[in-house]
Amino acid sequence: MNELAIKDLLYKLADDQLILGHRNSEWTGFGPILEEDIAFSSMAQDKIGHSLAFYTLLQELGEADPDTVAFTRNSNQFHNSQLVELPNGEYDFSLIRHFLYDNAEIIRFEMLSQSSYEPIAKVATKLKGEVKYHVLHANTWIKKLGSSTEEAILRLQTSLNEALPYALGMFEPSKYEQELIEAAVYAGEEAVKAEWLKRIQAVIEKTDLKLTDLATIEPKLGGRYGEHTEHLQPLLDEMAEVFKIDPTAEW
Amino acid sequence: MYGGGNVFEATKFDDLQTEDPAKLAEFEARIARGEKIEPNDWMPQLYRKQLIRMIEQHAHSEIIGALPEGTWITRAPGFRRKMAQMAKVQDEVGHAQLLYSAAETLGKTREQMLTDLINGKSKYSNVFNYPAFTWADSNIISWLIDAGAIVNQMANAKGSYGPYSRALERICAEEAFHLKYGHDAVVHMATGSPKQREMIQAALNRWWPPIMTFFGPSDKMSTHTETLMRWKVKMASNDECRQQFLDMYVPKIWELGLTVPDPNLKKNMETGQWEYTEPDWDEFKRVINGDGPCNAERLAVRRTAEERGAWVRRALLNPKAKYVKPLA
Repeated sequence: MNELAIKDLLYKLADDQLILGHRNSEWTGFGPILEEDIAFSSMAQDKIGHSLAFYTLLQELGEADPDTVAFTRNSNQFHNSQLVELPNGEYDFSLIRHFLYDNAEIIRFEMLSQSSYEPIAKVATKLKGEVKYHVLHANTWIKKLGSSTEEAILRLQTSLNEALPYALGMFEPSKYEQELIEAAVYAGEEAVKAEWLKRIQAVIEKTDLKLTDLATIEPKLGGRYGEHTEHLQPLLDEMAEVFKIDPTAEW
Repeated sequence: MYGGGNVFEATKFDDLQTEDPAKLAEFEARIARGEKIEPNDWMPQLYRKQLIRMIEQHAHSEIIGALPEGTWITRAPGFRRKMAQMAKVQDEVGHAQLLYSAAETLGKTREQMLTDLINGKSKYSNVFNYPAFTWADSNIISWLIDAGAIVNQMANAKGSYGPYSRALERICAEEAFHLKYGHDAVVHMATGSPKQREMIQAALNRWWPPIMTFFGPSDKMSTHTETLMRWKVKMASNDECRQQFLDMYVPKIWELGLTVPDPNLKKNMETGQWEYTEPDWDEFKRVINGDGPCNAERLAVRRTAEERGAWVRRALLNPKAKYVKPLA
């Protein structure tokens, strides 16, 4: 198997989890109710832990250690989708992003747990149990708030419309897509997207929200190839602020 | 974290004269026997009032205390620290949740408590009105403020009010981990590069004066607390807590080669007591009454969070739901 293809897949998975984990952690102390504060913080810990697991697999393939990889790259070396780097905005946007993202992530993890590349299969099998709770959390809140007050429905609908083009960017195929599918490492982005659409539709149907026809939306692409919004570099600068005081020090 | 240094209102003992003497005697006898008072038991109004005040202050201290350390979650250096810092601050918010529930059993809702916090009516631990300038400040908070809180909370866990006492037992178990985390982080800084050592010493210099006021004003100047101590609301005097803290942690600070910024700090071997420069209690009063470096910022953050989240709470509200006190 082409190692570059595996690494590309691992970077995508790791970077998505790290950046969204970081964003989720920004809710600590600011949630709309204490319980949500705690929930976002808990998911942040899981996601950052997941990214560490994937960076560790990368290290086994000869890449630098996880701290160096996570804390010293520039934004154009990151493979995350643009969706995860967008600022948290209000709680409605964070919740919608969480819903769109985690419903895709669980499918990736389910598919990867069947991967012919055993190290990924093992990690995905172990972690998908945690992502299951993230999905449960998102779906519960979308169903609850998505059919509550007019104000809440309007907020969620606006955020959903804003987030969808970026959400479609999650499924931007890698240049090794065909190779990964043929080697049964990964079922590929089209397969993830088709299943994702079914699952998010099933939740949205139970609310007063409406899902725009995806065919009419222009996806925000580029994230998988190092093209990012203006929001990623400041996030990375902040993340590395202390680390870069002395990258050789033990903190 | 983060309880400690409670400020009690001057107790108006006249209030007790309106209480039924037989019930009051029975109440005091139960406490003397070491029994716990539960939410639906009879209790004097003064007991209820002081407990609400104390538990509420403690809960507020947890959520406000999450702010100076929370700032450093997104900047924590390396995976190990990033994940630990997140888990630690999350614990603190979880403590607030537990404590608000304990206070609610006495009849004040979480919403009312948060409103009083935002309006500046209720207090929180004064140390959080000081800023965490660097990563090292956050480490000092995790170690020494949590250490102080443990001294205070271990004492209060033996208090007479059942729900508070049980919440504190759970909280102390988690705090023990925070203390280890904070100590580990400080050890790495104190034994690290010259830059790291400089950062941690500077942070200790900044935090020492607030730490010395953490347990509240000296006993000489505290208002009467005999009744509160007899009722096992307040379990140890401010000075006793401060002495215990100094006894446990000054040697550990010295062990790391750090200097405590108080030339008068020493243990008097004859009395067994620590001697130190009396903290600036005028500054303490000024800060606790709103004029500290971060009071306005801390409350503004909390107010913004409440305002931005209001639509979520409105959406969750079911007009038919009846308010019930949490189980304790």
